[in-house]
Amino acid sequence: MKKLINKKEDIVKEMIEGMVKAFPKNIESIKDLPIIVRKEKKYGKVALVSGGGSGHEPAHAGFVGYGMLDAAVAGEVFTSPSADKVYEAIKAVDSGEGVLLIIKNYSGDVMNFEMAAEMAEIDGIKVGKVIVDDDIAVENSTYTVGRRGIAGTIFVHKILGAAAEQGYSLENLEKLGKEVVNNIKTMGMSLKSCTVFTTGKNSFDLGDDEVEIGLGIHGEPGTHREKFSNANTHVEHILAKVLEESKINKEKVAVLINGLGETTLIELFIVNNRVADILKEKNIIVETTLVGNYMTSLDMGGFSITILKLTDEIEKLLKSKSDTIALKTF
Amino acid sequence: MDLIILVDKIADVIYENKDYLSELDRVIGDSDHGVNLSRGFQKIKEEKESLKNLSYSDFFNKIAMILISNVGGASGAIYGTGLMKVAQSLKGTNKLDRENIIKAADAMVEGIKMRGKAQCGEKTMLDTIVPVVETLKENKNEELNELLKKIQIIAKNGVDSTKDMKATKGRASYLGERSIGHLDPGAMSSYLIIDTICKNLK
Repeated sequence: MKKLINKKEDIVKEMIEGMVKAFPKNIESIKDLPIIVRKEKKYGKVALVSGGGSGHEPAHAGFVGYGMLDAAVAGEVFTSPSADKVYEAIKAVDSGEGVLLIIKNYSGDVMNFEMAAEMAEIDGIKVGKVIVDDDIAVENSTYTVGRRGIAGTIFVHKILGAAAEQGYSLENLEKLGKEVVNNIKTMGMSLKSCTVFTTGKNSFDLGDDEVEIGLGIHGEPGTHREKFSNANTHVEHILAKVLEESKINKEKVAVLINGLGETTLIELFIVNNRVADILKEKNIIVETTLVGNYMTSLDMGGFSITILKLTDEIEKLLKSKSDTIALKTF
Repeated sequence: MDLIILVDKIADVIYENKDYLSELDRVIGDSDHGVNLSRGFQKIKEEKESLKNLSYSDFFNKIAMILISNVGGASGAIYGTGLMKVAQSLKGTNKLDRENIIKAADAMVEGIKMRGKAQCGEKTMLDTIVPVVETLKENKNEELNELLKKIQIIAKNGVDSTKDMKATKGRASYLGERSIGHLDPGAMSSYLIIDTICKNLK
């Protein structure tokens, strides 16, 4: 494995320090903890805390700042941060109005954020939760733990962050969070697995002529494999699934074409080119499009397509100001 | 047997098997079970001094907290919660007789089930641990060496039984049918821990 790292155990620490040194006006880290908080704190609003394993950069620290998150907690590579770290983040940003946890639906994340919430509640801090499960690749049934939370989480950070900035209460944020999550559908595919920094190995083995369909963001394999074809064929297949689940008809949407880490912007724009054309044919109005690396999976090759169905309220919040390292809207 | 020495031996076994456990996890999960668990147990080794002269309850509470903070992910939360329940069950006691061990083992299983929202047969560490706890209960009066031998076999059968199961909990559940044919890494780490305990109590 050839990666620009030093000691394996210092990966997360050095990444955070490097990030803070790059954006000293926007963010700071607290104590020796893997926690990034916004520099210009705003009191008297519900604080938003999210996070997860490292390896998804710019998520999650890249979304800390005005109009999005108040704190992001980073775990080891692909490993949920431990409960005590999440608890520290909650304590660091609570200003009395309560703290909303935005959790991607992965067992480790859910367990550790829930334990942290239990610890904070003992201190008298009000904690709310929004669990994101936008990935439609894995069917929800009594036999699974539900759908995974992946790239659509960025929209949740953005919309709930704007709502918190405008003074929504913790209860209203939880309610809005549920609605937003219901309106987000995502599915991805991979051309190449990632190299897991801690083991130096590929997260799964994929043939040169194969693609992995419906994978998550932790280098875990997807639902099945297909023969590699070309951009349009794969885009049409994945978008059809996302639209089928979204149940949209001539409505307004926001689109996120997310790169998984290794994919070039050339490829992502080619993907969006086809997505935009198909949506236009179907009379679906695209209000906002994001194309880029937002929720990555180390150096995995591939992309995901997210469609967010907009209501007037959600659209307004999506378009209101945010000022973070990885997402700025003015 | 001194509990600190025992935990030390477990840490060594997890360290020796960390690549194997991560490899099992690579196939059906996200490749980090061995690395993460080993990081937690190595931290226990580093903090050995602070484990001295503690009551049983405080001892288990302390190692639970070390694992929760240093392992991260689901396995840290699950092992940590299990051990916190053990600590609660041993509050006020200063002897580890069979009765207390059974009580503690039951509490551990309850904690793991609660945190992981899982049951036996779902391709998790419970498939190793639950049959062991049942064997403990059913053989209350068995001579120690015989009991330990039985437990080692039951634990091995437990981890092996996960091979043909379809995962419905944890990250392997997203693979569905594709998880069949592979051992569960959590069931394997539990087996390694139980086997090490048995070997060192004999």
